[in-house]
Parts: sequence; C-alpha cells; structure tokens
Amino acid sequence: MLYNIMFKYFNPYKIFKINSTLQKFVFFSFIIVLSIGLVESLFLSPEDYLQKDSVRIMYVHVPAAWISLGIFSTIALLSTSVFLYKNKNLILVSKSLAPSGMLFTLIALVTGSIWGKPTWGTWWAWDARITSMLILLILYIIYLLSFRISDDKDKSNKISAIIAIFGAINIPIIKFSVDWWSTLHQPASITLTEKSTIHSSMLVPLIIMTAAFALFSILIFLMKYNTELIKIKNKGLKRL
Amino acid sequence: MISDLILMNGYGIYVWSAFAFTLIGFSSLYFIINLQLKKELKRFKKNFSELEKEKYKVAINQETYKEILKHSGSKI
Repeated sequence: MLYNIMFKYFNPYKIFKINSTLQKFVFFSFIIVLSIGLVESLFLSPEDYLQKDSVRIMYVHVPAAWISLGIFSTIALLSTSVFLYKNKNLILVSKSLAPSGMLFTLIALVTGSIWGKPTWGTWWAWDARITSMLILLILYIIYLLSFRISDDKDKSNKISAIIAIFGAINIPIIKFSVDWWSTLHQPASITLTEKSTIHSSMLVPLIIMTAAFALFSILIFLMKYNTELIKIKNKGLKRL
Repeated sequence: MISDLILMNGYGIYVWSAFAFTLIGFSSLYFIINLQLKKELKRFKKNFSELEKEKYKVAINQETYKEILKHSGSKI
C-alpha cells in the first residue's frame, strides 16, 4: 500500500513537471521573504541588553543550524526508507537535499565563529556543540563524495545511505550537547514543548529568516533534483 | 544615522561580515546549481537531436523526455 503510494507520487515525470513549475514561485517567494527578514533582523529588531548589536548574527546563525540539522535528519530517514522500500527515487531526493544542507552547516559554523569573537573573545573553541557541528559538515562532504566512490551506482548508493544512517547518530549529540556537557553555548531558548524565552521582537525576525532559509533549501533541492534527473535521462538516451 | 547603522556600536564588522558570508554562500550555490542544470539541459538537447529516426520516435513518446525537452527550449 505505502509502496504503491510512493511509486505513484515519486514518479520522475510528475516530480520533474511539478519542480519546473514550482521553481519560479519558490524563487520569488524566497526573495520577498529574505528581503523582509533582512530589514527586520538588521534594522528593526532591538539590540540585546548584554550582547548589544552582535545578537543580530543570531538571525543567520540559528536558522542555518536548524535547517542543516533538519536536512540531515531527512536524508537519514530517506536513506533508511531506501533499504526498506528499494525506491531509487528516494536516493535522488536525498542527494538533491545535501548541497543546501552542507552550505547551511558551513554558514552556521562560520557565522558562529564570527559571533564567538565579540561574545566569548575567541573565533574557535573545541566546545561540544561546535565540534559536533564540524563533524556534521564532514559527514555532508563524505556523503556527497560517496556518490563518486564507485562506477557501480547501486554500490555507491548503498554506501551513501549507510553513511547517512550512521551519521544520524550525530544529530542527537548536536541537539543535546548543551545539556550533556559544559559548553560555551547556552541551552535551547526555543523548544517545541515549552514557551519560548525569546521576546517576540526578536522571535519574529528569527522565524522570518528561518522561512527564507527553508525556501532557499527548497529552491536548491528543486533545481538539483531536475539536474540529477536529466543526467539519468541523458544516460537513458544513449541506451535506447 | 547611516553611520550608526553601519557601525552598530562597534559590532558592525561582525554583523555585516556574517550576513555577507551568508548571502555570498547563497548566491554561489544558486549559480553553481543553475549552471549544472543548464549544462545538463544543453547536453540533453544535443543528445536528443543526434538520435536516429527510430530511436527518436521511441524517445519522443516518453513523457519525461518530452517534459525535459520542453524546458530546454526545444520545439517538439
């Protein structure tokens, strides 16, 4: 039943058609949301009483970290489904999600480093959260490179899926690192179960920037998926 | 007023560089992926035009091929 539904909706033709139509819509939505987010986060939101204006870095650092974790979790989940349902399209989806996930991890690390200098007085510390985020970046790089390991597509697909599944162990480590170890990072200010401790004047730009970043990752996913699909179809043309 | 926005009480260099890095990262990835997409579309268009008559007939009836050709700017 589930397999039939997946086969029906993960049909390459349907996805290519929807992707191509959606790309322009997502691109314009991203530009609009990002513009609003930038104005809100750089000019309209208040400065922090302790961190002053350096707190504005939060509006790029936190959404980037959230989305990078979300994307890797999705890749790991899809990779598990690859073994369960043997649907090769899920590999294509995972592979297309990875580039934006890698970029967001890099953004989280670099902006975190920039934020660290005025806040902690250092660009880098081997703190549990920062180190586990660096491991995530390495995992993204290995995951993307794994598709080039072998000419045997099935073999490289299996290897990449295994990397994603084992790499998922790092996700709870990143999330709970601030609770398990004594780190420079503060515990989470926003959780799904409790009321946010961030004032709405800062929460609104944070949400808008998160939406903009999510739209960007969707845009890159749509473009990358179509690129990979055309690549496969190009090979198919030669085999006709 | 404008200098206050730029300097941000001495934190401007940190804030602007963090935002600049993010936006440069976005633009770079977008252009790389867009370039790859255009390259693959161009390659597809070329391979399709070089197909033999019989193979062309088979390929043109496949929905995905038709859709890709449509987006590569080819007249089917």
